[in-house]
Amino acid sequence: MLRGFCFAALLLAAISTASAADQLNVKVGYLGSADKTETISLIEMPPPNDGVAGAELATDDNNTTGKFLNQSFSLQQILLKDGDDPVAAAQKLADSGISLIVADLPAAMLLKAADAGRQRGIFFLNAGAIDDRLRQEDCRANVLHTAPSRAMLADALAQYLVWKHWTRWLLVVGSHAPDRLFADALRRSATRFGAQIVQQREFKDTGGARRTDSGLVQIQSQIPLFTQSAPDYDVLVAADESQVFADYMPYRTSQPRPVAGSAGLEPTTWDPSFDQWGAIQLQSRFEKKFSRWMTALDMQAWTAIRMVGEAVSHVNSDDAKTIVKYIKGPDFALAAFKGRKLTVRDWDLQLRQPILLADGRTVVSVSPQEGFLHQYSELDTLGIDRPETKCKLK
Amino acid sequence: MCLRFILGIALALMLVGRANAYHAYVSNERSNTVSLIDTDAWKVVKTIKVGQRPRGIAYTKDQKYVLVACGDDDTIQMIDTSSNTVADTLPSGPDPELFTASPDGKFLYVANENDNTVTIIDIARRAQVGAVQVGVEPEGMAVSPDGKILINTSETTNMAHFIDPVKHEVVASVLVDQRPRFAAFTPDGTELWVSSEVGGTVSVIDPARHVVKQKIEFAIAGMRPDPIQPVGINITSDDKLAFVALGPANHVAVVDVKTHKVLKYLLVGQRVWHMAFTPDGKYLLTANGVSNDVSVIDVPALKVVNTVQVGELPWGVAMSDH
Repeated sequence: MLRGFCFAALLLAAISTASAADQLNVKVGYLGSADKTETISLIEMPPPNDGVAGAELATDDNNTTGKFLNQSFSLQQILLKDGDDPVAAAQKLADSGISLIVADLPAAMLLKAADAGRQRGIFFLNAGAIDDRLRQEDCRANVLHTAPSRAMLADALAQYLVWKHWTRWLLVVGSHAPDRLFADALRRSATRFGAQIVQQREFKDTGGARRTDSGLVQIQSQIPLFTQSAPDYDVLVAADESQVFADYMPYRTSQPRPVAGSAGLEPTTWDPSFDQWGAIQLQSRFEKKFSRWMTALDMQAWTAIRMVGEAVSHVNSDDAKTIVKYIKGPDFALAAFKGRKLTVRDWDLQLRQPILLADGRTVVSVSPQEGFLHQYSELDTLGIDRPETKCKLK
Repeated sequence: MCLRFILGIALALMLVGRANAYHAYVSNERSNTVSLIDTDAWKVVKTIKVGQRPRGIAYTKDQKYVLVACGDDDTIQMIDTSSNTVADTLPSGPDPELFTASPDGKFLYVANENDNTVTIIDIARRAQVGAVQVGVEPEGMAVSPDGKILINTSETTNMAHFIDPVKHEVVASVLVDQRPRFAAFTPDGTELWVSSEVGGTVSVIDPARHVVKQKIEFAIAGMRPDPIQPVGINITSDDKLAFVALGPANHVAVVDVKTHKVLKYLLVGQRVWHMAFTPDGKYLLTANGVSNDVSVIDVPALKVVNTVQVGELPWGVAMSDH
């Protein structure tokens, strides 16, 4: 303990005497996807700079802090189109001296880039992909996740529904692969926390446009038909990451029932209406800079860049290995407007974080819910815990 | 004659009875009001309507006003302590939260959360006379007893900035744990204490060398570390005891200023935030945000002796210095 103090004191002394000549320049890359999904609701269409904007704001925040420590931060971004090679893009960033890359890529692309980048010591902060396999059998020692996993999102929702005693779920699943993965996560959560899936239905994507001039009339009669004759249930839980049907469920079900999951009450890391724990300050800072609301992806990218900034202010080094070692170490913690410190799970490099439950207008609750106990941290009641992990970090 | 005599005695007794009565002003963040507590009766005697989101609150040195930062109105309102109504405003800059005054009472130093700025105000002129750029989300403010150093803590930058109040320049910055909320000098000026809400610690800084001497940690039996979030710090004028409000842990830690050891944890209301001593130092009043009340701690006895209901989300308490 005493050694810790001395070290901190020495470090601080070093910081306050640093001269302009040895200013640190920390370069961080951003690899994103230029293709954005089409959403049912027009107001939920992802903005063109979704994610990147969060990374830019965090770079500003790091630079404000860096002013006092003689450190500066820059961000270099590459947006990939469908079919572009993520490996080449990561190498391009590495060629310009970047070893820390914030990624918003599909799981397969991220793994390709991560495996190719390992030789050159590239470390990825995954801000976009929620796939559990990236934290399980496909985990990597050079990939850390600020994005929550599907299991975390499902657990956060399940805890609240169980707390409400809405334990009988009608599970409606889309016909695309990500929808099925979310459904798997929801089934796991139901078993863990004592909810029952009274029936599961598939909503097939038969194709067609999201926006039509006379769509409403049809949907108004289709959804009651689709949801009728179900066993008695408390809540309709929709697994529709592909944005085909879930937003059509609220107010249109055959029986009057609330909707949760991919519509209605949704688990997320951020919501533009969130104002607790100082979040209002980040929201106003973001809106002032970008003239739009901050999304969950923006927050996940902000968090990734802030993690780098937080580590650099402690290690006072631009060496990626040193920075990553601090982030993975026991002293790392980040304040990110969630009412408690965020830390990293050492078994799968997932960021521990509370999950918001938002209905599109307000934040209804924040999980973990009271009463879901854990021997180490309540935050570990969300997602894959140490005893069940399949991850072997290599 | 006799009646007049009795009335006289009664009046004298009332005056004697009220000799220790002070006024405490409590800002209610959600109600947009300030509750005025009589410390003799321990009850709210007046509720004053103020601007939106009142948080930081303190007396002016001349005791004529109680200043309250109304964050969502981008102003500091001045409550006249004789009429207990809002009499004037100060140009605080955007979103003021905490502020502190120079020891001579002439200048007010205000943290503007949204602007990474500390604004300096000439109170008599009601005018801004300077601004200093600091880290992200400035919050805690303190002035050294000799008035030579101004401290600001920035919540996202995680630093205590040392500012020259004459030159309006940052002269040093010291890293502390996550989300530093509040700064307080020991009355003798030899130590600066900074609370880190999310980090869960209080950093004791040597203000001459700009280094963290020690970090005080807290542990309450049967409670996980997560809700232990230090915020307000009040130190007795004899430099003996420090009281640290632990937020959602619903306790106030009593710390020995010399040894930095925690002596006791006092259970108060929910989400205890900022605090103030009565001028005689006998009591410490704590604003408890979630339970909408103020706990009264008997300082010599180290016991919670009373609770006063106030408005919604009480945030801070102002008491006169004498």
